[in-house]
Amino acid sequence: MTPTRKRRLYAVLAIAVGVSGAVALALTALNDNMLFFFSPAEVHAGEVPSGSNFRLGGMVLDGSVSRTPGDLKVRFVLTDYNKSVPVEFEGILPDLFREGQGIIAQGALSTGASGEQVFIASEVLAKHDETYMPPEVADALKKAEEAKEAAGDS
Amino acid sequence: MNKLTLWFHKLGSPEYFYRFSGKLIPWLALACTVVLGWGLYRGLFVAPPDYQQGDSYRIIFIHVPSAWMSLFIYVAMCVSGVVGIVWRIKVAEIVAMASAPIGAAFTAITLVTGALWGRPMWGSYWVWDARLTSELVLLFIYIGVIGLYQAIEDRRSAARAASILALVGLVNIPIIHFSVEWWATLHQGSTVNLMGENAIHPSMLWPLLAMALATKLFYAFNVLQRARVMLLDQESNKRWAQRAIGLDMPGSAA
Repeated sequence: MTPTRKRRLYAVLAIAVGVSGAVALALTALNDNMLFFFSPAEVHAGEVPSGSNFRLGGMVLDGSVSRTPGDLKVRFVLTDYNKSVPVEFEGILPDLFREGQGIIAQGALSTGASGEQVFIASEVLAKHDETYMPPEVADALKKAEEAKEAAGDS
Repeated sequence: MNKLTLWFHKLGSPEYFYRFSGKLIPWLALACTVVLGWGLYRGLFVAPPDYQQGDSYRIIFIHVPSAWMSLFIYVAMCVSGVVGIVWRIKVAEIVAMASAPIGAAFTAITLVTGALWGRPMWGSYWVWDARLTSELVLLFIYIGVIGLYQAIEDRRSAARAASILALVGLVNIPIIHFSVEWWATLHQGSTVNLMGENAIHPSMLWPLLAMALATKLFYAFNVLQRARVMLLDQESNKRWAQRAIGLDMPGSAA
């Protein structure tokens, strides 16, 4: 390689290294603000901004969804299988909303009628996981799981 | 010099590149049509519905290959751009600049199909999470590269300046790819992994891989076609270019 080309190649490498370094520093500094949502454990630990809007992410606890007949009000509990937060929402839920599904709710904490902390959501987003399979396969997997559990119990 | 290096050097000659790509394009286009047809048919009509999303998941066969291409073309553009910067090869500069609009188009398709899927599935067309935001930044970088290339009068310095801009934006590519692992995002993690397990049933995976191949072939014949036209335009006063379009008059200025 001629000296001129070598010099140009070093210049290119210097740009790449310099830019990556600068961006890496910036992203490390911004790391806390890059989080899209907080978990119920972080809410209980008091790590969320009080009084302001934030996003809460977790699983919808099985059997916790209740609706008031006549309007669009829904109550459910979001959990990370350790801590949980009750949520109230009024509006249309996304297709993927179901018990056991990952959900992200936007809103703020407020104190409910009986004094406990309730998360009043203005928007509910369903978090989809990366698994794709046909319904028959999902059924077969579920059956295999149940069979395994039954065998374990006996 | 061994055969491959020799061929590589010959490819740097505009005339040789023009003739070689002219022969390659019909085959690439044909292969693209066949694979695209098979992938779309298998994906949209034959593949079973998803256990959670039903038929809505079929957008994966457009969205995911486009997203892969938006990153793939960006890296290809940078590699070609660096070759252009370091070795001053005109063909490499042109291939880099011919790639930018195709990559921008794939990025736009990714963003639009993602929004259309996000509305019913997530409940929102758009959220400012790390994956979506970094992909939007990618679109802006593509537009910046195209804009800078068009803004400078001299074609060769324009290509070099735009290649350097592209190189600066390269840092965004790993950010897009790893955003779903580094930060809590609404966007799900990777389904298809080069190393490790795939979280998708084979009946859905094969059409997806076919679409990934089809979009690559689509890029290949489009970038060659665009590069040929740009090359003819820039070399229009050269004898080979006039010969190529049948304009070579005896005694005309070369």
